[in-house]
Amino acid sequence: VAYSYVDNVAGSDAAFEATGRTMEELFVSAWNATLNTMIENPESIDTVSLRSIRITAREADLLLHDFLQKLIFFKDATRELLMVKRVRLIHTRNRYKLRARLMGEPIDTSRHNMIVDIKAVTLYRLAVVACTSGWRATVVLDV
Amino acid sequence: MRVPVRIYATEKLLRAMDEGVFDQISNVAKLPGIVDYAFCMPDGHWGYGFPIGGTAAFDTDAGVISPGGIGFDINCGMRLMRTSLQFEEIKEHIHTLIDNLFKRIPSGVGGQGNIRISRDDFRELLESGSSWCIRAGYGNTGDLNRTEERGCMSGADSSKVSDTAIERGYKQVGTLGSGNHYLEIQVLRPEHVFDSETAETFGLSIPNQVVVMFHCGSRGFGHQVASDYVRLLLEKMNSRYRLDIEDRELVCAPFQSSDGQDYFSAMKCAVNMAFANRQVIAHRVREVFSDVFHRSPEDLGMEQVYDVSHNTAKIETHLYNGVSRSMLVHRKGATRCLGPGGFDLPSEYNSTGQPVIIGGSMETGSYLLVGTERACETFYTTAHGSGRAMSRRNAKKRFDGKKIQREMLHRGIYVRTSSYSGLAEEAGAAYKNIEDVIDTTVRAGISRKIARFVPVGNVKG
Repeated sequence: VAYSYVDNVAGSDAAFEATGRTMEELFVSAWNATLNTMIENPESIDTVSLRSIRITAREADLLLHDFLQKLIFFKDATRELLMVKRVRLIHTRNRYKLRARLMGEPIDTSRHNMIVDIKAVTLYRLAVVACTSGWRATVVLDV
Repeated sequence: MRVPVRIYATEKLLRAMDEGVFDQISNVAKLPGIVDYAFCMPDGHWGYGFPIGGTAAFDTDAGVISPGGIGFDINCGMRLMRTSLQFEEIKEHIHTLIDNLFKRIPSGVGGQGNIRISRDDFRELLESGSSWCIRAGYGNTGDLNRTEERGCMSGADSSKVSDTAIERGYKQVGTLGSGNHYLEIQVLRPEHVFDSETAETFGLSIPNQVVVMFHCGSRGFGHQVASDYVRLLLEKMNSRYRLDIEDRELVCAPFQSSDGQDYFSAMKCAVNMAFANRQVIAHRVREVFSDVFHRSPEDLGMEQVYDVSHNTAKIETHLYNGVSRSMLVHRKGATRCLGPGGFDLPSEYNSTGQPVIIGGSMETGSYLLVGTERACETFYTTAHGSGRAMSRRNAKKRFDGKKIQREMLHRGIYVRTSSYSGLAEEAGAAYKNIEDVIDTTVRAGISRKIARFVPVGNVKG
């Protein structure tokens, strides 16, 4: 597990730190941390439906913000819990571009132990930074 | 800082506030156009952007509007409904009532509503709020009169909201949500009436009277409206408006700019969605009680006492330094509390002031307060709840949801939940003592105590 929840930030909400050797790995870790905030047993999610997304942003942290917002969007709009199947990230001169394939299924409360709705990924203390082991992100979610 | 900070708290509450509250309210005090003080209510706690409990008024010409000063759950709020039933009459039916409310009002993660609504209908709802519901048969005009803004902020423009927000929220009308959202059946014991005359004006005059209180907001729609504009304004804040802020979550735009006005119109759509959401839930509550007691909602005296908003920005006219001024008042996790004769009061409450519904933790109890004339010093704003004292993760580590449910049943509170983990996060001990919060607002003179309610049944989102 390449993420850990942080207790001492914005107590009414949920915060985590995620890591990855590459930025792609970091994004998958952050996605899993966000998913695990909503569902206790993400391993119960079957990979039935498939979705593709594309995102661009000027900054890496805002790219991560927009990426995680997709997870929250699908949870409400189509009631789907999605996991990252593949993610590809390109950094051009002034833009980050992300393409990802997501797989999952609609919420089934008989199998999925849901915890809490995430309302939004906040910009509060949001950060993506390089570290000795690769990349590290800090994210505060509004729940 | 452009203005000083004023925190309403006893020494005990002040000590219990997390460090983030002080940083965040200080950041608010630096925003352009802020008037008088950056206020923090006694239930204030660490959030993002504004602290929860943060309140600030901005000059409508020189000031800004900030989605982070309103929150993602736009118009999260409380509704209180009374009945003419006494506890003795429902005692044997509590489990049936709560089970049926749990079935009839969708709750939990990603919950979708059971009213059929098209995207076009939803856009109409966004512009007309609760009155859309009344036209569709969900409630009566008395509900509108006893709702803040009469259930609709005028000037909502659905062309200012994204298709993403529509897709995220149009199926969620009539849903409770999760986290700290809940619906309770409560009882007003005679010893918990503090001002019988005002309580009677609010229709609360029967010994051991049964009431229904619930807390929810604008669901995924409002969350997406806020998220969309946070990102949009972030792109433009420096380049177009040369605004410099301490925390990106305080992203803002000049209120009179096109972006500021667009967000204000979109925010009003989310405010109206939340009013409509609570209106449909109120209708479901009436249906359930009617089914269980085989009596009409009218015969059961199921009238709305009031509906208050927590997370909003509103243009209001306030007297400041002896001059009447138009201001944009941001309230994030704070309740408007008009005194007697206030501008938006229904005629029947003109002499009392505005009812203020303060939800406590699910284990303790809730309060009905009323606004005062002295609350002009906070631009008629008071607390909104108990305020968390423990993080969600700590609460989950420390408490067991199923055990809490058993213990609460033993104490006479029947709970149904979509999530036992969620129930653990909402344990009573995870919140501040509501008595401390209420006493602070009373000692400060910004609210008066009218009644206290104890829970007997709870639907936890």
